[in-house]
Amino acid sequence: MKPKIAAQSGTFESSDVIFLIEPMADNSGRKLEISSTVMQQFGESFHNIVTEMLDSYNLTDIHLIAKDKGALEPTIKARLETAIKRSMDQQEGTLK
Amino acid sequence: MLYIPGNNPAMIQQGGVYGADSILLDLEDAVALNQKDAARVLVRNMIKSVNFYDAEVCVRINHLSTPFGLADLEEIVPLQPSAIRYPKTESPEEVAELLKIIERIEDKHRLPHNKMTLHAMIETAMGVQNVFNIASMFSRVDAITIGGQDLTADMNIIYTPDGVGIDFARKRIVMAAKASHIDVIDTIFPDVNDEEGLRRETEYAKKIGFTGKAVINPRQIDIIHDVFTPTDEEIRKAYHIVKEFQTNTAAGIGVFAIDGKMVDAPVVARAEYILKLANVTVA
Repeated sequence: MKPKIAAQSGTFESSDVIFLIEPMADNSGRKLEISSTVMQQFGESFHNIVTEMLDSYNLTDIHLIAKDKGALEPTIKARLETAIKRSMDQQEGTLK
Repeated sequence: MLYIPGNNPAMIQQGGVYGADSILLDLEDAVALNQKDAARVLVRNMIKSVNFYDAEVCVRINHLSTPFGLADLEEIVPLQPSAIRYPKTESPEEVAELLKIIERIEDKHRLPHNKMTLHAMIETAMGVQNVFNIASMFSRVDAITIGGQDLTADMNIIYTPDGVGIDFARKRIVMAAKASHIDVIDTIFPDVNDEEGLRRETEYAKKIGFTGKAVINPRQIDIIHDVFTPTDEEIRKAYHIVKEFQTNTAAGIGVFAIDGKMVDAPVVARAEYILKLANVTVA
């Protein structure tokens, strides 16, 4: 499965994270660009959360950019779920 | 009761540390229309994960007449927060419809119908007119609240710090709650820098019968607790009254005097209420 449209969720506020998702050409896999203010401490964990969620939605051919300002796990998961659903055109508030 | 915008992770994750009796995660007015989906998912995840300590957790959903209300219920009801707060409640029919949907979702998730309660917000003229039926007809409605900002807008009047425009509504709502034996929460005080004004309004709310007050900033919590918490002198007097009542009742005396003042059933009931607020039992 791949995103239908470009979408974003979250904010640049402290304790939040912003995700940008856009579809890529067929069979191009995943391109993840993750940056975080706590990359050294939690970068690996953040990457694992993102990968597991993309796996659970069976998403490929996706370009994902994440800018993290120290979000907790429930926030990361919430923002990514919202971005994914928006990119699948399943929810309102979609960047078109 | 501390209002926290439902799309602000920093404020939600810190919500439990300020000592509020109740946290109100807001999916309604505090969330922009194009962020309703994001807030709903964030609040769901936060309720599952964040420790709010001793605070009750309530969620204000969007009205069912909006495109968001039903989706809010589908996401939040399975989590069974302490209460759902329903905005702009105008009639018992609306509450009945809301409860029907809540119970359908609870049935789907095999949840009981008697755990999570409902707080009806009264913030329109029609709601004020129908408030007694809203407060009294449903066992799951265990609190009503007045929404001062929306009510003044609905009445086409300007909010003033003296609250004169909503005074009738305040008293009518309090009376409906008292007659229904449920809690009644006063509206927010919007100026977070006016501590004297907040204290004055809170004292007035207590005087006319409100059992609590909503706040929009943690800075307001201490003043509200200070006003609503009985003083040491009040607790001492109440303890003395209840103790004397127990002694006199055992001796078959119904009415007696303390310091020359008559003590009868209503005085005892008031004293018992103060002790309940102070969490004091008479040995």
